[in-house]
Amino acid sequence: MQRRVFMKNGALALVTMGLSPTLLRRTVFAQDLVRGSASLGNARGKVLICLFQRGAADALNVVVPHGEPAYYRLRPTIAVPRPTLATANSAIDLDGFFGLHPSLAPLKPLWTQGILAPVHAVGSPSSTRSHFDAQDYMESGTPDRKSTKDGWLNRYLALRGTCEDCGPGKPDSLFRAVALSQQTPRILMGPAPAVAINSFEEFAVRASGAAAENIEAMYATGRADVVHAAGGEMVEAMKALRASNPGQYQPRNGAEYPRSPFGQRLRQIAQLIKADLGLEIAFADVGGWDTHVNQGGATGQLAARLGDFSAAISALVTDMGDRMADVVILTMSEFGRTARQNGSGGTDHGHAGCLFVIGGSVKGGKVHGRWPGLEAEQLNEGRDLALTTDFRSVFGEVVRKHLGATALDRIFPGFSPSEIGVI
Amino acid sequence: MRYVIGLVVLCAGLGCSGTLKRWDPPLAVPAIQSDLRRDQQIDHALSRLTYGARPGDARRLRSLGLERWIALQLSPDRIDDRRTDSILASYRRLGTPTNQLVALTRDARAARQQQQRDSSRTMAAPRRADSAMDSRRALQLTYAEVASAKLTRAAVSERQLYEQMVDFWANHFSVFSGKGQTRVFIPAYERDVIRPNAMGKFRTLLGAVAKSPAMLFYLDNAQSVADSGHRTLGNVRLMIGVGGAGRRARGLNENYARELMELHTLGVDGGYTQLDVIEVARALTGWSIDQRGGAFAFRPAMHDADEKIVLGQRLQSGRGLEDGEQVLDILARHPSTARHITRKLVVRFVSDSAPPALVDRCSAVFVKSDGDVRETLACVVTSPEFFSQAAYRGKVKTPFELVVSAFRATGATPDHTPRSSQIVARLGQPIWGRQTPDGWPDRAEEWMNAGAMVNRVNFGLMMASGRVPGVKVGVVDPKVGAMLSTPEFQRR
Repeated sequence: MQRRVFMKNGALALVTMGLSPTLLRRTVFAQDLVRGSASLGNARGKVLICLFQRGAADALNVVVPHGEPAYYRLRPTIAVPRPTLATANSAIDLDGFFGLHPSLAPLKPLWTQGILAPVHAVGSPSSTRSHFDAQDYMESGTPDRKSTKDGWLNRYLALRGTCEDCGPGKPDSLFRAVALSQQTPRILMGPAPAVAINSFEEFAVRASGAAAENIEAMYATGRADVVHAAGGEMVEAMKALRASNPGQYQPRNGAEYPRSPFGQRLRQIAQLIKADLGLEIAFADVGGWDTHVNQGGATGQLAARLGDFSAAISALVTDMGDRMADVVILTMSEFGRTARQNGSGGTDHGHAGCLFVIGGSVKGGKVHGRWPGLEAEQLNEGRDLALTTDFRSVFGEVVRKHLGATALDRIFPGFSPSEIGVI
Repeated sequence: MRYVIGLVVLCAGLGCSGTLKRWDPPLAVPAIQSDLRRDQQIDHALSRLTYGARPGDARRLRSLGLERWIALQLSPDRIDDRRTDSILASYRRLGTPTNQLVALTRDARAARQQQQRDSSRTMAAPRRADSAMDSRRALQLTYAEVASAKLTRAAVSERQLYEQMVDFWANHFSVFSGKGQTRVFIPAYERDVIRPNAMGKFRTLLGAVAKSPAMLFYLDNAQSVADSGHRTLGNVRLMIGVGGAGRRARGLNENYARELMELHTLGVDGGYTQLDVIEVARALTGWSIDQRGGAFAFRPAMHDADEKIVLGQRLQSGRGLEDGEQVLDILARHPSTARHITRKLVVRFVSDSAPPALVDRCSAVFVKSDGDVRETLACVVTSPEFFSQAAYRGKVKTPFELVVSAFRATGATPDHTPRSSQIVARLGQPIWGRQTPDGWPDRAEEWMNAGAMVNRVNFGLMMASGRVPGVKVGVVDPKVGAMLSTPEFQRR
């Protein structure tokens, strides 16, 4: 119940009664935002794009340890073949030991440019194999602690630059944190503002002027409850978005986004960034990674998912062009999968996984993280890739070095991060 | 007035219960204790125990008496619902048996592949193309009817509490139509597994779900085979592969076993370990699907016949199907399960915060009644907590609830096409479209945000205009129409 919407609506209610100068200021900013959002946004600020692969992506077939003999013993029918020029259906070599899945070919140029950094054997120290728990932990940022109410991205937002801290003339953008989704994801839940938008086209009240104004008024004022709070957000967001005219968007540099939902979401993130509405955190997720059955190897089910995933990311990077200097893309998935293939040509819930950090400031061209090996005695519980890097070390480094966060002990409470050197 | 009472009540005979079995005896509902005014109590009962009041419902309920009305809703077999039956009679594909859908799917696939081969050579053979089209079309129509019928029932059935429980269990035992073949099994899942057991004993429902091809396929138990370290009840080489993958391979698949405990019964903090997950998965090996007929099949050759220990209880070696049955017995009767299920009922019907005292009281009823859903539900919906100021208008409607309540307020009914259910999907809650097995969330903040609100407002505007693709809307009273896009209409 402690979502920001409550605070905000409470704010509006208090403002009406003339009780809270801080909150009044906030409302005034909201008005400014409506009048001329482009001039007020945090133009060309740093942006972090978090992409969640829900369902536990099979890390060993994403960043393939082709130099590891055990990999081929454990996965007789689903391993990605060692790199060879003879066929496109083999791993794309990175450093002689690791390779990318062939469907990740669109990411290879980013590696070559040094802006793509895979981190391997990374994940949550929690031993849970439940999707829900593990996603919850990765989004709350507190493994094995279920009582955490807010998401770690929201804690970052709340700690840095809520309107209580920011001076006049530097308002919190309503679009500072945006999830391209129907519902606010766990990672962005909490007291700081976050907007969930499924798509821009749908984001307008379909009524004539007076009727629309009437509806907007009903939602923008009234009881201090979760409905009016979300309604108030809706009204502000619609006005700001109208002002930025997103319908005219053309991707740059010949970028072609896949027509898939994920591709279209990344396209809209690019639009938001270029609209200079003050976007700082963007979030999107993509499902289909829970490959228990018949996942395939160099081709097949997982390959198709990876094809969409990499084409969308590659398009976004192309589209952003020079702006990638200010943008970091951080991918994540709740855990990896069993090192050994199961009886159904798939893999079950495992432990450590891999992720990508992409951006102009990223130390790419290197696979980060210590490789634990895949021999029987090296596996976690005898079955999964062991964990050598806590996800919080990577996430923490990204928000610290890219976004300039300082209070890491409050974003990831009770955790001492290690230096990864990914940025 | 009398006429209406007669129509609803004088249906105690067996004749008018349609396909519903009888649940005896009818539950007596004591006088409601409440800090709400009587008119608020009636308003509240209608907004929570039905999918929203139709014009005139409050008057009808008052004349029947609140307690009597609740008692009736708790005995749906005693409610005359012939009007719904006659509307549903036009859904001709709802009863399609699974084996027919399996055959249609096979035909459609074969025809499509043939078409691809043909077209790569020369021109497609038109007859084949037609037959592919026919099978595909038949499947699409069936799936559209399943979704549309769910909306129709929710909108027009007099057995409103029963329809809510059908939805509750469909969501509790959620499956995703988009995962492989799951879709093929869903018509029978809803028709033969969820609906007949929605107000009976929990153990019966749990057992029916465990043996349903929909769940066996969705959570992969159909694929789970004894690990090679364990002996089975037959020659594994003779085993027929499921889904075309890994025909000769063996291996345990823990997916269903884990969700069975985490989501369906004990709850995530219900007191089980990873070892229990493995042991339950072993006990359930061999619970699979006969691919031809699309029915449950126990396959001894896949079943791990060694001893298992589940939550401290020993399952002897050398047994077959009984292993899984015993696991379901243990789980259905575990106190954590009583709490988990009761808490979800309280969140659905009373409030997002689920008053702990009410959960305690009603989970005791669950235990004492051997998991009787109707008795537990009666405890929840007749409680002072249910009829309290704190709960009154305190829930936010899910998209499905919003759509159905708008249908009821305006007397609208969905047509048979997929367009009606696409309305619910666009609002963020596609029918049988939850990917993860946890089902749709039932808490306000999960549904309330700027993006969702725009879609909700636009849906209200569309309904008010009376022009909604896929929905038969009559002339909408302007007062009712104006209400549909208000903040108040988002609540129940």
